[in-house]
Amino acid sequence: MAAVTLLKARRLSKSFGGVRAVQAVDFDLREGEIRAIIGPNGAGKTTFVDLLCGRIAANQGTVEFAGCDITALAVHRRVRLGIAYTFQITSIFANLTVLENIAIAAQNRLPERGGAPFDAIETLRRVGLGGQENRRAGALAYGHQRLLEAAMGLSLNPRLLIFDEPTQGLSDGEIQGFCDLLADANRSTTILLIEHNMPVVMKLARRITVFDRGRVLAEGAPRDIQDNAAVQAAYLGQ
Amino acid sequence: MNFAPFLFLASLEGLVQAAVLCLTAVGLSLVFGVMRVVNVAHGEFFMLGAVLAWWLASLTPGHAAFGFALALVIAPALVGAVALAADRLILKRLDYRPEATIVATIGLLYVIQQTALLTFGPDARPVEAPFYFRVQFPWFGYSGHKLLVVAAAAAVLLAAWYVIAKTRIGLVMRATRFDRDTARAFGINVHRVYAAVFAVGAMFAAVGAVLVVPVRQAHYLMGLDPLLLSFIVVIIGGLGSIRGTVVAAILIGFSDGLISVFFSPTLAKMASTLLVALVLVFKPQGLFAVQSR
Amino acid sequence: MKHRPAPPDLKAAALFVAVIAALFALQFVLPEYHRLSVTRIMVLAVFATGYNILFGYTGLLSLGHAMFFGAGLYTAGLCAYHLGWGVPAAFAGGVVAGALLALLVGCVALRTTGVSFMIVTLMFAQVAYLATLYFTAYTRGDEGLVLPQAARSFEWFGASVDLTDPATRYNLSLLLLVIALAAVWGVARSRTGRAMVAIRENEPRARMLGYNTFAVKLQALIISGALSAAAGAAYALLFAYIGSSFAAIQYSIDALLYTLLGGPGSVLGPVLGAFLMFYLVDVASQYTSAYLLVTGVALILLVLYFPRGILGTVKHRWLPWLP
Repeated sequence: MAAVTLLKARRLSKSFGGVRAVQAVDFDLREGEIRAIIGPNGAGKTTFVDLLCGRIAANQGTVEFAGCDITALAVHRRVRLGIAYTFQITSIFANLTVLENIAIAAQNRLPERGGAPFDAIETLRRVGLGGQENRRAGALAYGHQRLLEAAMGLSLNPRLLIFDEPTQGLSDGEIQGFCDLLADANRSTTILLIEHNMPVVMKLARRITVFDRGRVLAEGAPRDIQDNAAVQAAYLGQ
Repeated sequence: MNFAPFLFLASLEGLVQAAVLCLTAVGLSLVFGVMRVVNVAHGEFFMLGAVLAWWLASLTPGHAAFGFALALVIAPALVGAVALAADRLILKRLDYRPEATIVATIGLLYVIQQTALLTFGPDARPVEAPFYFRVQFPWFGYSGHKLLVVAAAAAVLLAAWYVIAKTRIGLVMRATRFDRDTARAFGINVHRVYAAVFAVGAMFAAVGAVLVVPVRQAHYLMGLDPLLLSFIVVIIGGLGSIRGTVVAAILIGFSDGLISVFFSPTLAKMASTLLVALVLVFKPQGLFAVQSR
Repeated sequence: MKHRPAPPDLKAAALFVAVIAALFALQFVLPEYHRLSVTRIMVLAVFATGYNILFGYTGLLSLGHAMFFGAGLYTAGLCAYHLGWGVPAAFAGGVVAGALLALLVGCVALRTTGVSFMIVTLMFAQVAYLATLYFTAYTRGDEGLVLPQAARSFEWFGASVDLTDPATRYNLSLLLLVIALAAVWGVARSRTGRAMVAIRENEPRARMLGYNTFAVKLQALIISGALSAAAGAAYALLFAYIGSSFAAIQYSIDALLYTLLGGPGSVLGPVLGAFLMFYLVDVASQYTSAYLLVTGVALILLVLYFPRGILGTVKHRWLPWLP
């Protein structure tokens, strides 16, 4: 795979009333990658991802996506460029049916990049929600709501799919299914996920970025990260 | 002609206006600050206070001061009871959801106002002042009652400040205001605090109304003006900030009369309402609120 | 992408046709007094239908829709009275004025949400109401204006339409209602309608799915304002009277109440709500001058026990295909 840089952040910074949550972070993401961001609580992972997808505005630094400077773009414009984001706390349209949830997402999907045209029923089947399309989304079990959330992300046909702790609260069986889903989705999209579950990270991620106190502490292949003394001290070792 | 007496008189009138507005607006602000409830029926509590004052005064034989004193004690208590019932029967059941409570308090506005019309009638009723003592200034004599209004309002506000800032009750209120869930975790009965605050907020308006009703008259539609003015004061002063509310009430109470001298009252109302809407959009923390952080 | 199967739409269309046919037939059986009442109700139902676009579908609770009704009423009425505009031009002018006011108000008020939005719209409407009093030289304020005889009829493709004829008025207001309902149904099923519902249900999520939520809300407000203004303009021209009370807060509350009672977010809900509430108040006013008590009690009971309204509850419990 050609090493095309999909996302590039330079000296990205954000502080909240004197607390520097993210400090001058440089970050590169290659097209087709699965990248995991790990780090202790309060390391600035979620804030960093929020800066990438535009939920909050950066104090300093730039973000480039597919060669365009998107630093000043509003959230919805970034989504239209191909950055999909799923919330840490499940955020679906609870009063609408599962199919309506998908339809709302699919209305803004990017044009197809090869492959079959979009089919909502097929997308639901793919994530494991086949046959549930007319149920009220809020009535789904928690694990299924997370799957719906992922399906909404996929329905956008994004170039980059960002997950914030997707496996939190899922059972072992559901986690396994979710890993398969991500691996499958990765055939057409780049994936960036914040994750605490180390087996999941080790299994999925090609590269890992370790955050600590608002900075990138280390970055590399899973094995290198496991062996990195500084990482162990900050996070794994405890 | 000498301008000073005129200015002095205008200031006195402004002071009376500001004192009553202070009481009414602080009630509204207290309810919003602690409960996050925008009480559209607040003006009706004011009206109810005035109407009850007329009723109580008309029942009381003898010197007008007795009736007035009686009204000053009983009318706010009755208004507080009505507010308490409204909290229990309506607001609590809505779990104090902000948008639902606004719609419900609009309903409450109609219910109170129309009930007053049914029982009290459509006529404006005068209430006799407790005394006709006039304070003699070098240029003119001035109603002693109006000065009493100012002094009483100041006393009530000082007492309120003392309770909120210095007592355990105030601490509980401030804790509830800060974070309802944390307050609950510390064993505070949040619903009881809310009920009390809603009742006390209404009583502030009622006290203001009883004080001022000898100067104005009791009428079932009189709640609208204090409601709009209180809204203006609370928004300008910063939503839920008591200190900002007092500053804004004094400022607006004073300027209201002066503005009307230069502009048509309708134009002045239009301009101030528009200004307030813009403040709410562009500076929702108000113009005088002390930064909370 | 695949859409839902046709039957629900067919049922909904059949229901529309039935309702419209029933309203049309009603004019032949109703006594004069009630025929006039229903004429008024249908215009008010258009107003509530406009309100429903914003509140029922987009989830924005405005307390100031009287300003849009008033914008239509006054633009149409004043143009007919002072400038001698014909009925069609005055009506069109009213609708355009409502849409423009909505654009203007939206650019400011839509920066706020929830409670602040409610208060800001309330205050803007209060300013508009005061304006009708301030410019009393043109509007004659509370006392109002009666439109001249010239504004009571017009030529339409060679046919002459007489607005003093009760049957003509009835059918024109029915026509306006049909157009408004068709507009809402069309919007509800469009891409914009879907975006509006997404915003109502979960605005942050809608934004994260690529929707420009501000633009969608502004569109909703403009459609809503234009429909409300159409109702106002029709009211002025059909009944030949304009006055400040039509721009007062009472009318904002009425639009909310009709929608809340009938069922926010259902196409026919506001129509049903307007009918029931109008007659409830009408009956109450025969017994007491404090008839607004009904409004207050209804608001409280609806919010407490019946937040989906009548058709909303029916749709939720029994008939999910209901439009």
